[in-house]
Amino acid sequence: MQSHLDALEARSVHILREAYASFPDLCMLWSIGKDSTVLLWLTRKAFFGHVPFPLVHVDTAYKIPEMITYRDRLTREWGLDMIYGINRQALEEKRTFPDGNATRIECCKALKTEALKHTLDGSWPRYRFNHQAGRYEEEQSSTPFTGVIVGLRADEEGSRSKERYFSARGVDNHWDLEDQPPEFWNQYKTDFAPGTHVRVHPLLDWTELNIWEYIHREKIPMVSLYFNQGEGTRYRSLGCWPCTKPIASESRTVQEIILELQSGALSNIAERSGREQDKEDGGGLEALRRGGYM
Amino acid sequence: MMAQQRDMSIVIVGHVDHGKSTILGRLLADTGSLPEGKLDQVRERCRRNSKPFEYAFLLDALKEEQAQGITIDVARCFFATEKRKYLIIDAPGHIEFLKNMVTGASRAEAALLVIDAAEGIQENSRRHGYLLSLLGITQVAVLVNKMDLVQYDQEVFQKIRREYTRFLEQIGVTPSAFIPVSGMEGDGVAVLSEAMPWYTGSTVLEQLDAFVSEPAPKNRPFRMPLQGVYKFTRGGDDRRIVAGSILSGKISLGDEVVFYPSGKKSRVKSLERFSGEPPLAAAAGEAAGFTLEEQIFLRRGEVATLAREPKPSVARRFRASVFWLGRDPLTRKKTCFLKAGTAKVEARLAEVLQVIDASTLEQQNKNCLERHDVGECVFETQAPFAFDLAEEMAETSRFVLVDAFEIAGGGIIREALEDADTWLRNKLLVRNRKWEHSLVSPEERADLYNQHPELVIITGATGEERKSVAKALEKHLLHRGKKAYFLGMGNLLYGVDADLKKEGNGAAAFQDRKEHMRRLGEVAHLLLDAGLIAIVTARDLEEQDVAILRKAIAPSERSGITCLLGETSSSPNFRFDLRLERGEQPEELAKSLARHLGERGVFFAP
Repeated sequence: MQSHLDALEARSVHILREAYASFPDLCMLWSIGKDSTVLLWLTRKAFFGHVPFPLVHVDTAYKIPEMITYRDRLTREWGLDMIYGINRQALEEKRTFPDGNATRIECCKALKTEALKHTLDGSWPRYRFNHQAGRYEEEQSSTPFTGVIVGLRADEEGSRSKERYFSARGVDNHWDLEDQPPEFWNQYKTDFAPGTHVRVHPLLDWTELNIWEYIHREKIPMVSLYFNQGEGTRYRSLGCWPCTKPIASESRTVQEIILELQSGALSNIAERSGREQDKEDGGGLEALRRGGYM
Repeated sequence: MMAQQRDMSIVIVGHVDHGKSTILGRLLADTGSLPEGKLDQVRERCRRNSKPFEYAFLLDALKEEQAQGITIDVARCFFATEKRKYLIIDAPGHIEFLKNMVTGASRAEAALLVIDAAEGIQENSRRHGYLLSLLGITQVAVLVNKMDLVQYDQEVFQKIRREYTRFLEQIGVTPSAFIPVSGMEGDGVAVLSEAMPWYTGSTVLEQLDAFVSEPAPKNRPFRMPLQGVYKFTRGGDDRRIVAGSILSGKISLGDEVVFYPSGKKSRVKSLERFSGEPPLAAAAGEAAGFTLEEQIFLRRGEVATLAREPKPSVARRFRASVFWLGRDPLTRKKTCFLKAGTAKVEARLAEVLQVIDASTLEQQNKNCLERHDVGECVFETQAPFAFDLAEEMAETSRFVLVDAFEIAGGGIIREALEDADTWLRNKLLVRNRKWEHSLVSPEERADLYNQHPELVIITGATGEERKSVAKALEKHLLHRGKKAYFLGMGNLLYGVDADLKKEGNGAAAFQDRKEHMRRLGEVAHLLLDAGLIAIVTARDLEEQDVAILRKAIAPSERSGITCLLGETSSSPNFRFDLRLERGEQPEELAKSLARHLGERGVFFAP
């Protein structure tokens, strides 16, 4: 008998394989968080131990340092084709929230949305991990990615529940969420006009609880920030340190997080409640997402 | 702890303003699925604004809160009964949103269809019912809503029930239940109503709990559309894995598998997985992968089946029930793509048999499908693909149509029809299935010969020096260590083709010409299977002749290279890869041909 995790896994694997067959220039966004790390694990399932496309991380220079350490450790251990992009100019000009020169939303737009857009379309340099040299090396000209796999879930936040598994992004990354093509019978939007790209969401049906149950079942290594280290707090969602706050929680292990979620203790607190940029401007995430944010 | 039932997804559909939101709000409230204090808060707000309280306001209020991060969305509501958890997908009733309804409904296992007791059956009540049946949702409960507005009159309920049952019968749907309810007053949702003592059936909640989760069809014939054939060499991995999601049936180690549309056959050598012990079998619902005993060339779009089980149809002409959601009508002039399983082929509407008007259910005379039309049509595809018939295997009878980069329609196949190539395809299917494979795989043979096999077809008008060029090319290649063979059409005529007419007109001669081509293709296929570069000459070849040759050599994964010598007059539609100029020395032409083969990657680097 197939368990609910088996069914979720099978669907995600199917979607990953469809994406791989459909887009010659395909990449996966890896935020180092629990969702995209589960997605990375599912990719190894789909392709029998291999990850046949590059992983892209948008580095804001404000990520919690443990995240970067964890990223580079898995890159080496799993032999990943790892790329990161960064908004050097905004950082040099100090157009950031921590520098006091931008609101949180403006900072997100510059360091994440802009950096993501230009890293994906190949107009800014990408930094690719050279496994022989053991370091990242700058790549100048690169082809745009036409398929981008993203680990977002429908239950995370309102605007994400309106997503399709394969979601078209027009020129300028615009998302027309009122007029999306239909999606049925495991057939997806795999055809795209020049200048547009498609975002692929294999985790759309997963809940936060499913993610932790799967991490537990598969013993997927997670960055330690998700667990209470004795302070009585842990991160529930990871981001940049100036804008991400831990929640009060005693959970020290994956199993304790599962029990915590099952108990309903967190059911009236949004998963992204620790992400300060969501609160600015009343529901800023949908606005950010229409402009290209994940 | 109690064994937890699987969660269930339900779609709620119906004509606009027939009360879907009210019923949803009521379901959330009556199952205690609302955030604490929410109900009182909305009641209080209504009281202050002197508005009568409505459950639909609850949904609006929840929507507002999304902005502040509460994780409920109107498009997807979660609630639970004692039996299990539900995800209700709200499909907007407005006609422009049919795309969302189809999307939502295809993810559901059962449907609630809402009809307003006062307004009665409307256009979208029928359209949605029809679409549910095409989408394959067999569990449908009809909620006759707003019973309070018709004074809970049994006769109103019975009339709608009779009329809608008749409609559902016409489209082959048996409803699970008809339930009289009032979303506003709560009658019939969580508890039966005292206002309707004449109704003793189940409540909406009881009906939800009565729906069953259909397990993936493990006991049907095995079907697995190939998503890809993977060979990732990193880390010395030399597995060649056939991967796909199993739609029905099961497969075990050692099973004999046949792939369609090609008809190629092999045996399962191993089932693969990322970690842990390799499994001995895999079944419907799993994303699987296996390796084969023989290294046959396969590509995405083939469907894996078991040799001992019923075969799928292979055709490029079929009859189907379809729905069209595209902005532009589907006409016979339009070329679109058809996607079925993992196959993707160019397709064209050949004939509209009938279009059904969803508002009256009457047949209309039309020769195209307009937006939101449902009907029965004949389609033709460029290439054959494998499928089953809707009555036998729902999963593999489904296809979607892609127009201008977007999915614009869908359908289920009712009948496979014959086309001009059926005679050839049936012969090739049997040949491929019966083929005895060598111990040496095509890849291994290519490595040993340092070249790919290839078919070079040289044609032109009478009197051109086709044969001189072909023979010069054969010599040129052989003297450079390549494996090549010259085969003139004439070499077949009195041997392989001895029983066929040589010349003539009329239908019999036309059929014989096709048979000549098929046999030339068969011989070329043998030469390619032997790893050779086969150089074939024939006079005045036409596009359809080359198509036959290409189909015959298809298992070799080479497409053949067509060369035209001189000008052509008799076959203006002939598409060639290379034009050879008249008047040049055959040796010179042979050299340029050899160069072309090199550019095509036929020869391996020394």
